[in-house]
Amino acid sequence: MAHLIRAGSSCRLASSGAARSMSTAWWRHVEPAAKDPILGVTEAFLADPSPAKVNVGVGAYRDDNGKPVVLECVREAERRIAGNSNMEYLPMGGSVNMVQETLKLAYGEDSDLIKDKRIAAVQALSGTGACRLFADFQKRFSPDSQIYIPVPTWSNHHNIWRDAHVPQRTFHYYHPESKGLDFAGLMDDVKNAPNGSFFLLHACAHNPTGVDPTEEQWKEISNQFKVKGHFALFDMAYQGFASGDPERDAKSIRIFLEDGHLIGCAQSYAKNMGLYGQRVGCLSVVCEDDKQAVAVKSQLQQLARPMYSNPPVHGALIVSTILSDPDLKKLWLKEVKGMADRIIGMRTALKQNLEKLGSPLSWEHITKQIGMFCYSGMTPEQVDRLTNEFHIYMTRNGRISMAGVTTGNVGYLANAIHEVTKSG
Amino acid sequence: MHGGNDSHSSPSPADRRISALVRHLQGSPLDAADPCLAVAPTAAARISVFDHVVRAPEDPILGVTVAYNKDPSPVKLNLGVGAYRTEEGKPLVLNVVRKAEQILVNDRSRVKEYLPIVGLADFNKLSAKLILGADSPAIQDNRVTTVQCLSGTGSLRVGAEFLSRHYHQLTIYIPQPTWGNHVKIFGLAGLAVKTYRYYDPATRGLNFRGLLEDLGSAPFGAIVLLHACAHNPTGVDPTAQEWEQIRQLMRSKALLPFFDSAYQGFASGNLDADAQSIRMFVKDGGECLVAQSYAKNMGLYGERVGALSMVCRSADVASRVESQLKLVIRPMYSNPPIHGASIVATILKDRAMFQEWEVELKAMADRIISMRKQLFDALRSRGTPGDWSHIIKQIGMFTFTGLNSAQVAFMTKEYHIYLTSDGRISMAGLSSRTVPHLADAIHAAVTKAA
Repeated sequence: MAHLIRAGSSCRLASSGAARSMSTAWWRHVEPAAKDPILGVTEAFLADPSPAKVNVGVGAYRDDNGKPVVLECVREAERRIAGNSNMEYLPMGGSVNMVQETLKLAYGEDSDLIKDKRIAAVQALSGTGACRLFADFQKRFSPDSQIYIPVPTWSNHHNIWRDAHVPQRTFHYYHPESKGLDFAGLMDDVKNAPNGSFFLLHACAHNPTGVDPTEEQWKEISNQFKVKGHFALFDMAYQGFASGDPERDAKSIRIFLEDGHLIGCAQSYAKNMGLYGQRVGCLSVVCEDDKQAVAVKSQLQQLARPMYSNPPVHGALIVSTILSDPDLKKLWLKEVKGMADRIIGMRTALKQNLEKLGSPLSWEHITKQIGMFCYSGMTPEQVDRLTNEFHIYMTRNGRISMAGVTTGNVGYLANAIHEVTKSG
Repeated sequence: MHGGNDSHSSPSPADRRISALVRHLQGSPLDAADPCLAVAPTAAARISVFDHVVRAPEDPILGVTVAYNKDPSPVKLNLGVGAYRTEEGKPLVLNVVRKAEQILVNDRSRVKEYLPIVGLADFNKLSAKLILGADSPAIQDNRVTTVQCLSGTGSLRVGAEFLSRHYHQLTIYIPQPTWGNHVKIFGLAGLAVKTYRYYDPATRGLNFRGLLEDLGSAPFGAIVLLHACAHNPTGVDPTAQEWEQIRQLMRSKALLPFFDSAYQGFASGNLDADAQSIRMFVKDGGECLVAQSYAKNMGLYGERVGALSMVCRSADVASRVESQLKLVIRPMYSNPPIHGASIVATILKDRAMFQEWEVELKAMADRIISMRKQLFDALRSRGTPGDWSHIIKQIGMFTFTGLNSAQVAFMTKEYHIYLTSDGRISMAGLSSRTVPHLADAIHAAVTKAA
């Protein structure tokens, strides 16, 4: 390559042909990246020509015909805003209106924290963006801290904190034997972590297991967090979607707030408003007073600015249109409950089908778990059989997206699961 | 602090906090049951782990609008942020954009599902064609990977993160001056940032010699940020001949071009003309990165629509590069927002709508060119000292007036004109009605202020 380096400032070249041969391929060493384990499932599903194929992979809601749903309240909101508003830049912290309504959902309509302006909050790019903003903020302002992440968790959580250069540790969460919560293991890890550690908690409808602590267990966790002075970041991607009641789904957060914790909260409207592709969410951080909240918010904005400058307006407008109109909000609550109820119904149906088939295993966990996902307990090998023999697509950790189950395919699904699990 | 002596029945914030503290100190029923769960005295203090966080300074550009909004003067003028305004001083949603939105809204078959990580496929293909040319051999050879990103900022950041992980020379050269956010974007992505001379205050034009010297002494393989057209903030662009020399120099040192294209079509009014610098580089068969924004040229500011294209040596490389770009994007925001990209795709793929867009785009560019002429004439007719020809020589949304920060402060205070302290004015914020006011202010600043 030495002949390519010209000493001095002469920069005339013989011809453009010479220039062509001089440019080297910069990316020859670039390896093909592994497919995303979750999003790769849908890619494979789409490529499958079989008419019997079933997609219970990615967590996007489907109606009983297996079709994606746009909520009526969303359609109405879009009708109202189309052609009306301009498309000017939002402030770096996003739509103030949307953020205010969003805080009410998480913290309560009459929250003192909101009244006292103690919450630093910015619009974020759905749940992913909210978590990433927090991770970057944590790195910048608590540079020596680590993040404790439950086992298992949504795989992208690991990517987010890794890219933010925050070291990760894990804490016990899922109990494979009972297909429930490993509460003793969890509490041990909370106790043994150094004082003042940062923990990532799923507020409700844990992804991928569907296993949530009970109210009593949340209270104990909160108490132990108090003793240890830990920081709790709640990732709430399914408020309203879990039980059908947003207030109930926020219980874990409210318990922590009652105990005086200064929490962080990542919220997403991807599932509960069906706004997946709009990328609408919110990151909030509870502070000691309003001045601190102003400071923290300004720093969150400093992190957003070199990432995307300001967040997208369309989805935020949909959210604030719906939440600030009492009738539209009522409609939304009804539609969210409808989605949650359908999923709860499918859980019951799947369990009953498996029992009717005479499965030797216990499928209690299907109805005990909550939210979009069911951690079936199937092994990767069993999952591969489901895919190869039955054209059923799910992530290899055995996670079933119940939103993909319909009255039309639940029998087929139960049969397939029975086939691959009946020998043990 | 809200006082406790108002007539409301609700307690003051101070009262509420005290009662919360009291609850902690008295303990909860659980404590009585298990002494291990007793609240440690220090835990009740509830000190924030972020207590040490100081308030960040206002963003210098966006802060101008904040100050403008606070000003009650009826003659105030906002020449700060670069968002297009009509003659009436109003933001503009292009007619063709409204049309596209209606089409989308009325199509009940449309859903709101997640886009793929790389974004909307149609949008990506059409964006690459728009910037590189429909007949670009690089596209025909499948050597280009294009991913949808969040406007120009997002495209720059994703590209910078990719370079930070996979490129061998982690230094980027940015022009002096440049958009303020550039240095933050590249810095956060982990690149070392150096500058190359660009603007010549003496001529208010390009310091071409300085540019060649600085790029000439850059290390082999360094990354170079180039504004494709309508340089922000100066409005000073190289000529075609100068671009050719830059290209030759860069290729001779294997410097990697990273184009920021935020004003295609907006600068001259012609989409192809404004892409010439990029196409010149692609034509020689070499590699480069291009960050594209639709914020200004389609007026989609808040929708955050943009694209990052990487022109590679081969289709195989392009495919591997794309897979790695996905790994950058997924932990940032998983997948990009659908709305703005759908609007763009709708317009670009329909011949009639595309032509409509070209007409509206040219009208915006022409209005700005007209404002330049009017301001120049107004200053000349006032006999304002100095050479103001740079106002009509510079191109795009911004004019680097050459006014210093004292003069700028004077104009803000006395004439309620808001601009960034580097003397940059957004021509898009001017109208025939307000040009005289600005000319008066400049005249006063130059003759009275330092």
